[in-house]
Amino acid sequence: MDILTAIEILVKSMLFASAPLIFTALGGVISERSGVVNIGLEGLMVIGAFSAVVFNITFASAFGAATPWVALLIAMGIGGLFSLIHAVASITFRADHVVSGVAINFLALGLGVYLVKAWYGAGQTAKIPEPLYYQRIPLLYDIPVIGPILFNNYVTSYLAIFVAVLVWFLLFKTPFGLRLRSVGEHPLAADTMGINVYKMRYIAVVLSGVMGGLGGGVYAQTITQDFSASTITGQGFIALAAVIFGKWHPLGAMGAALFFGLAQSLAIIGSSFPFLADVPNWILLSAPYILTILALAGFIGRADAPKAVGTPYIKGKR
Amino acid sequence: MFSRTQTILIPVISVVLGLLIGAVVMLVSGYNPIEGYSALLRGSLGDSFYIGETIRQITPYIFAGLAVAFAFRTGLFNIGVEGQLLVGWIASVWVGLAFDLPKIIHLPMAVLAGAIAGALWAFIPGLLKAKLRVHEVIVTIMMNYIALHLVNYLVRYVISDQQNTTSRVPESASLKSPFFEALTEFSTMHYGIFLALAGAIIYYVILEKTSTGFELRSVGFNQNASQYAGMNVNRNIILSMVISGAFAGLGGAMEGLGTFGYAFIHGAFSGVGFDGIAVALLGGNVAIGVVLAAALFGILKQGALIMPLQSGVPTELVEIVIAIIIFFVASSYIIAYLLQRFKKGAQ
Repeated sequence: MDILTAIEILVKSMLFASAPLIFTALGGVISERSGVVNIGLEGLMVIGAFSAVVFNITFASAFGAATPWVALLIAMGIGGLFSLIHAVASITFRADHVVSGVAINFLALGLGVYLVKAWYGAGQTAKIPEPLYYQRIPLLYDIPVIGPILFNNYVTSYLAIFVAVLVWFLLFKTPFGLRLRSVGEHPLAADTMGINVYKMRYIAVVLSGVMGGLGGGVYAQTITQDFSASTITGQGFIALAAVIFGKWHPLGAMGAALFFGLAQSLAIIGSSFPFLADVPNWILLSAPYILTILALAGFIGRADAPKAVGTPYIKGKR
Repeated sequence: MFSRTQTILIPVISVVLGLLIGAVVMLVSGYNPIEGYSALLRGSLGDSFYIGETIRQITPYIFAGLAVAFAFRTGLFNIGVEGQLLVGWIASVWVGLAFDLPKIIHLPMAVLAGAIAGALWAFIPGLLKAKLRVHEVIVTIMMNYIALHLVNYLVRYVISDQQNTTSRVPESASLKSPFFEALTEFSTMHYGIFLALAGAIIYYVILEKTSTGFELRSVGFNQNASQYAGMNVNRNIILSMVISGAFAGLGGAMEGLGTFGYAFIHGAFSGVGFDGIAVALLGGNVAIGVVLAAALFGILKQGALIMPLQSGVPTELVEIVIAIIIFFVASSYIIAYLLQRFKKGAQ
């Protein structure tokens, strides 16, 4: 295999595998920046994948080629609604964020598979009739060498990178973002300054649901193209790892997700590369997790969480 | 924070609410909840075969629940039980296959190997927490996935010759019980349940009756005060994770030496470790509570397998019920608040 083909395969599979991770990790960044731990990202992806697939199967004849895009909007909406459960439990009912997130994961998988069985009579849906496809970007595709590599991918991959920049702008360049971050660093001070801590946290958690739903919808409509109990198996946790490896920064999380996407695709196609053939594939599969632990331990730069992450805010209590 | 009656009342209310919401889910999706739940009961306690299967299901739940609960009592959240259970599983099977010894030595050695492997897997997050203040939740989640991929690799390339399962462990390392099998119309019930109950007693003794247990609990209540009283907080954090991991590894050994008798490639997690979180929470992190909660979840999980055949209700209904129970137990603040309002209203 010549070097150019190798690079093309690598870049494409990286973009392909990491788009859902980027969306979901951005959701995680927003939620954790507001002070709410979201272990439920996995569950939010599950519910997004489920909604997108069911919508795609049911309404493909009505929406035609636009179906996968409408399905993504639906997945975002339902993801947002679903995350309200986590918001109510962890913000209003002061439940342990981690426990509530674990429950979200249980509930999403249980509910998704339950409904699939109730509606379709089997544990797995049919293939979706209208998946997302590779698209060549006109003009840019014709650039020699880099054109075919960079500009013949899923539109969702470009969208993911664009949204990452958007979230960075939202969090770091707008008053809204400043408020959201302040609530995660020092809720009492934020409250004193007239910021509604509960409202900001609710918005952040729902946004994380929207992004997690989007990530799940993208994953199901590009990679698996159906829904079953084994559609989302750990992608939400890889996204969570990307949040931390990216140091709770939208662009960092994007970079981490790209890197983890690369590691994931290397584990699958790595054996066709001579220099990777001798690496046992469990190491490639585990790379995101091992690296995250090393990052947390301070071996790869210091990763510090937002100060108030994981603690419920109780008004009037110091 | 909560009174004694509340600590009993909150789990009971949570379970009742969980089952009620499960019934609503069945109604809304066009099933008969009474038929569903009675099928569940028949499928878990209906005859001696099902009872045997249910007890077999309860066995790893007790260990997983004890593992999560033990860490909780020291103020640590061990989400890594799933991974510790997997490495315990593979280690016990490996020792079972690698040696040829009389049963009286072989079986304890294989069981112990499971405990040690689980303990080692939990030692890493414990060490990182104690020395570098790295949050154990994230590390244990990551360790789960590393365990999953590592164990699959070991099964495929090291213990077996590119197979999806290992060979069966020999009689001398097996927990299988011809006596129980005959008693329960050849269910997969094995001797592990005795080990699980013994584990619950050991849990109680360590935490409530030894000075080590006192220190562990004390660190869980207040690290600063414990430090000030001359306790070694870091040592206790590591010790707590190691003991918690050992319980988890024992749960894996039960699966490896009892239920299955071999190890196999997991496409995804068994779920036992995550269910252990629910068991520990519902059981209030005390030994007797964990055993009771494990029994409840064992009944639900086992009965769920029969539900689709007898009432058409998908198995996953039970996942929904368990999730809702966790939500309510976790949100105990609001239940306690409502109970208080209710009492005030009555006066």
